[in-house]
Amino acid sequence: MELTAEKMKHLWEQIREFYDGMYFAPYRRTMLKEIQNEEDVFKLLAFSEMLGIPNPVSYYTLEMMPLMLEEFHEWHQRMGMEKSPLDGFRCC
Amino acid sequence: MKNSPPSPLRTPSFPLTIRNKPSLIKLLAYFYHSDCNRLQGGMAVSTPVWLTLGALGLFYLGYRFYSKFLAEKVFRLDPDFQTPAHQFRDGVDYLPTNKFVLWGHHFSSVAGAAPIVGPAIAVIWGWGPALLWVVLGTLFFAGIHDFGTLWASVRNKGKSVGVITNRVIGSRAKGLFLLIIFFLLLLVNAVFAVVIANLFTQFPASVLPYWLQIPLAMTIGYLVYKRGFPLFWPSIVGLLLLFAFIFLGASAPVNLPETIAGMPMTGWWVIVMLLYGAIASRLPVWLLLQPRDYINSHMLFLGLGVLYLGLFITQPEFNAPFLNDQVPEGTPPLVPLLFVTIACGAISGFHGLVSSGTSSKQLDKETDARFVGYFGAMGEGLLALIAIMATAAGFAGINQWQEHYGAWETASSGGTAAFVTGAGQLISGLGISSAIGTTFISIMIVAFAATTLDTSMRLQRFILSEIGEQYHLAPLKNRNTGTVVAFLSCVVLAFLADPSNPGQGGMVLWPLFGTTNQLTAGLSLIILTLLLWKWGRQYLVALVPLIFVVGMTAWSMVISIMDYIEQGKTLLVVVGVMILALNGWLVLEGLLAANRQRSKTLGQNPPA
Repeated sequence: MELTAEKMKHLWEQIREFYDGMYFAPYRRTMLKEIQNEEDVFKLLAFSEMLGIPNPVSYYTLEMMPLMLEEFHEWHQRMGMEKSPLDGFRCC
Repeated sequence: MKNSPPSPLRTPSFPLTIRNKPSLIKLLAYFYHSDCNRLQGGMAVSTPVWLTLGALGLFYLGYRFYSKFLAEKVFRLDPDFQTPAHQFRDGVDYLPTNKFVLWGHHFSSVAGAAPIVGPAIAVIWGWGPALLWVVLGTLFFAGIHDFGTLWASVRNKGKSVGVITNRVIGSRAKGLFLLIIFFLLLLVNAVFAVVIANLFTQFPASVLPYWLQIPLAMTIGYLVYKRGFPLFWPSIVGLLLLFAFIFLGASAPVNLPETIAGMPMTGWWVIVMLLYGAIASRLPVWLLLQPRDYINSHMLFLGLGVLYLGLFITQPEFNAPFLNDQVPEGTPPLVPLLFVTIACGAISGFHGLVSSGTSSKQLDKETDARFVGYFGAMGEGLLALIAIMATAAGFAGINQWQEHYGAWETASSGGTAAFVTGAGQLISGLGISSAIGTTFISIMIVAFAATTLDTSMRLQRFILSEIGEQYHLAPLKNRNTGTVVAFLSCVVLAFLADPSNPGQGGMVLWPLFGTTNQLTAGLSLIILTLLLWKWGRQYLVALVPLIFVVGMTAWSMVISIMDYIEQGKTLLVVVGVMILALNGWLVLEGLLAANRQRSKTLGQNPPA
């Protein structure tokens, strides 16, 4: 009896996982994409000086550079560039 | 045995355990006997049910043996191969996913209104040819196509068919690919806008639930994304509310006048739907598309389940002929038109776009491709199968069937309505009133078609900007111009295709839609053949479907163009000639690439 209860629990777990992957994972993916887009705009604003766009506060945004190194690395890989395209960022 | 009266003891009791072979033989024996019984008037189980079970059995055998052969001998799937999902894992696009979940995603993206509309029209030639093409097409055409594109994409870093074309054939062929896709999307928009318009006018009960679904989906999207609600409850409540809307719609049909300002109501609905598509395609995905997909996907699985259950319980008899040898005047010949009328459900190039665009980036192990690709094609086959059964057996009598299929025009514009009516009949066997049943089914189709409209308008914008890139046309790269161009071209096509019947033009386009869909499949099959040839594998599995599909599309295109010239439909002649030209270009590119490859292999291994 205990075995069947355990089996049922396992089955239920699997069904839940399937449902989650089937229906809620796409939501999460869409949201992650949306967040990525917003973050990209932020990165552009913060480091526009490196692309030659004048930015009066770049002296201050420069402080964030070490914090954003990892994210920047992910960004350039996502954009299909294996190595960092900017001289200022030496992430890899 | 044959002469013995049917006794309750001999009533077959669902011998569907095909795992061991003897019961399969039993199944065939039952099939034979049930047919004999039917002829003698003592019927146990109706023929459509037996044929459906037979088709399901064939699907099982196809998956068990043919896809195994493809997986082991042709594609030689390797469980240790590092798939793009692992190689480029980013948690967003590239994410290893459980194969059942991935199958679910793949199936929900490829299943739509097309595998219902196509078979529903094709039943005009009788149910026999349609059934044969759906079963054989799924097994030997769609299966390898979907499975193969998935495999090719996985082996090419998860790139899409377009990019692989560029690599395998060349950049000129990429232009060809873009143009074919542009036409495909254009026809999809025009055709589906007309399908929805027809359903809205013929089933007024479906108007209200559909338009209520939109704010509902947007509320869910807003709550989840902007307010940070957990996903579960808003989605479930949304789903329940939709069912409430169906009851509401069935009791309060929106009856609109037949003509407004001299234009038929369908014409107005076409404009409204295309405008809706243009606007919806500019909204963020999370706001409308995503929450609605959630609701639609539930309706798809529920609809499929209810329809099959209804078929097995109602046990209707065919009232359509096996082969309609008295087709109404103006009906194009069965061969080759059947093969472009049923595209989705047998073989459809659109699947290749999905399997190489999204599914390939999420495949966990290469061996999962067999289940996701081949079985995904089968899901579509199941939908087409029930569409045939509902239209061929769902009516009360041959007269009612004749009403829908009495003329080619009514069959092509009313085929979907025939499906909805037939399906309502099947569902009524489950004790659900046919008013609710037809509303549910029509809402299901409308929701599919509208989602497709929304997505394909979006894609058309991307394609236009890529065409602008390829041929240096700067304005096309702008989002707004792209949307406006997409909208206007669809309206022109829907209205000018058949000027005597404004707004109905879309259904005249159905064979053209099928043709472009098959052309897309043809392109994918060319790439598959070339890849298999290059790697020294058995390439006939792709080459034979390729030749068949390209041959049938070219032939049916020539027949259609001659028809259009006779009827003086100039716009259709132009579009048809363009598609035929693309077809010729496709064949040429394929031959050139084959020639290049042959000289290369000859150069590498000089004949001894």
